[in-house]
Amino acid sequence: MGIEEHLGNNVLTTSLEKLVDWARKNSLWPATFGLACCAIEMIVTAANRWDIARFGMEAFRASPRQSDLMIVAGTVTKKMVPAVVRIYEQMTEPKWVIAMGACASSGGIFRSYAVVQGIDKYLPVDVYVPGCPPRPEGLLYGILKLHEKILKDPFLSQKYRDQIVPARREHEHGH
Amino acid sequence: MNTATEKLQAKFPDAVVDIYEFRGDTTVIVKSDMLVEICTFLRDDPETSFRYLSSISAVDYLPGSYLPASPRFAAVYHLYSHQFKNRIALKAFCPNDENPALPSVVQVWSTADWHEREAYDLMGIKFIGHPDLRRILTPPECEGSYPLRKDYPQEGF
Amino acid sequence: MKTAEFATSGNETMLLNLGPQHPSTHGVLRVWLELDGEVIVNADPDIGYLHRGIEKMCENRTYHQCLPLTDRLDYLAGSANNLGYVLAVEKLLGVEVPKRAQYIRVLMAELTRIASHLFWLGTHGHDLGAMTPLFFAFREREQLMDLFEMVWGARMFPCYFRIGGLAADLPEGFMEKAWEFVKAFPEQFKDYHSLLTKNRIWISRTKNVGVMTKDEAIDWGWSGPMSRGSGVDWDVRRDTPYSSYQDFDFKIPLGENGDTYDRYLVRMEEMIQSNLICRQVLEKMPGGDINVQDPTIILPPKDKVYNTIDGLINHFLLIQKGITPPKGEVYHAIEAPKGEMGFYIISDGSAHPYRVKVRGPSFINLSPTKVLAKGQMLSDLIALIGTMDIVLADVDR
Repeated sequence: MGIEEHLGNNVLTTSLEKLVDWARKNSLWPATFGLACCAIEMIVTAANRWDIARFGMEAFRASPRQSDLMIVAGTVTKKMVPAVVRIYEQMTEPKWVIAMGACASSGGIFRSYAVVQGIDKYLPVDVYVPGCPPRPEGLLYGILKLHEKILKDPFLSQKYRDQIVPARREHEHGH
Repeated sequence: MNTATEKLQAKFPDAVVDIYEFRGDTTVIVKSDMLVEICTFLRDDPETSFRYLSSISAVDYLPGSYLPASPRFAAVYHLYSHQFKNRIALKAFCPNDENPALPSVVQVWSTADWHEREAYDLMGIKFIGHPDLRRILTPPECEGSYPLRKDYPQEGF
Repeated sequence: MKTAEFATSGNETMLLNLGPQHPSTHGVLRVWLELDGEVIVNADPDIGYLHRGIEKMCENRTYHQCLPLTDRLDYLAGSANNLGYVLAVEKLLGVEVPKRAQYIRVLMAELTRIASHLFWLGTHGHDLGAMTPLFFAFREREQLMDLFEMVWGARMFPCYFRIGGLAADLPEGFMEKAWEFVKAFPEQFKDYHSLLTKNRIWISRTKNVGVMTKDEAIDWGWSGPMSRGSGVDWDVRRDTPYSSYQDFDFKIPLGENGDTYDRYLVRMEEMIQSNLICRQVLEKMPGGDINVQDPTIILPPKDKVYNTIDGLINHFLLIQKGITPPKGEVYHAIEAPKGEMGFYIISDGSAHPYRVKVRGPSFINLSPTKVLAKGQMLSDLIALIGTMDIVLADVDR
């Protein structure tokens, strides 16, 4: 009705939100954050067989300033936490975090003095991918779920962090 | 193996406390004060030629749990000879339980550098004469506590 | 803290921090570098960012429960770590597994060695700017991962060997697929040689970088391809054989100059020799049992467990309590892809090991970095870390 009739089939109309989200999800650039064994499966996901370039993600940026996704792949030890948090803070908005593997999600098999029991104690995690290590297909499924999430919550990334993260920290630390 | 233990007993009769064999592995318990001389002898003597140090393992024999009446901390040195293709283990107990210390063998084998740092970090054994004894594996908040000791819980504090 | 001292110390060098997050450090390795322009004056590796306390955890688990932890030591070569641990415990128990199990173990260990060296080739090349070998190497590695998945169901962490034998026999169709791989590998391997070995850029970046003489290599505790690149004629498989390696015929490649290029050539040749060993194993594979016939170590077969009372009790006790080796201590070393991997296990007669010490080859291969990097350029340090083939989980445990 209205203007679409006159434009015909050569023009698409959409909202700006949807356009921006579509662009964001189709070119998520991960920061290289392979810590341990899951990093190997992440590298394999980017290699020839499970080509992550199909999703526009083959550009693993070393600099956090140029990346929007941090795939925490591997065990996070207490010694490593300051570096993880610093890299997360250096990333520019909008940013997302995937906790890949059992160790990043909840400490994994390592319940010891040196291992943080899940990176979500320090960072807001968007998608948890279980497995030890998760298969490359598992990681790709997690990435696709993240794409759905990005499409669903447009421009909310800052609001999400303002509301959800303080609530979670309050729940855990009690203040 | 037999040549090495015989030569050790001949040259350092007071320093060798015990020799035992289990499943083909020979272990020689030596006194810690003669450790550097024994290691140098084992490395340089042409009939033993243990020029390669495989590893230094720190062990915590908490009294009452395994060997009843021994001192608490020990370091086990596993040596290998390329020439004769045999191995030997030297075990040295630290004389003091409160401040365990052993002489450093860095001047004998350079690879002992990191092995000793790890033993210090995880078990608290100080190596006297080590050029740079500092933490290597544990985070800075573990300063003063040694995780691999038997009285430190697995999940930490 | 270090930066503050540096800023006020008045010397001309610059403090640069490499890592722990850096694309070319194969994991979380941090190196404190003092640079004079591009030349390294001092390099101090700072490790421990992946220290997970595996040795401490082993003390609270039964012998079988420690096996998945050993998988995660050198995660590129899971079978090698398993083999070292399982052989050490079997030495402690004083048992030897049947021939078929030994041959299968050798096959798995050698295929894992090829997989580990392929990954090394890809990432070492990638660090130095050669991105193509990565994709070529992964082509073969994926074929190996498929083979592994047939046998033990996972891609990276096998946990296939058991104390006293294997978890299960080889599945149907495995031998044919393994033969296909072994026959096709030498031809596909020629691609890597054509890409790198005579490449001028590769040669100029790896020749005379990180030179260690034979005596220095022994003094610094280097083993495996690192020491063989310097000319040390030592291979644990040949000199102190384990698990029937003495039945197979293979050459040990040696380097001459002890530089990165020689170590590259040694590892390339090792892949071909491993392929040769796999071929011999497949030709000579015997039939028979895969587990030692000892009810105190091996679980009884399921029909006995469900139908006889002593089978049920045996199964119950082995799962609840675990195996109990006699009091004593052993050290057993194997030739892992990275070097000599040793396990020192002290048993106090109970079902939990009293102390498990892992002699990780990467930990020792990394230790002379301070000495080797002095006077080299910063980009040579990257070549050095690549040639050491470190896996941080093996360094930090």
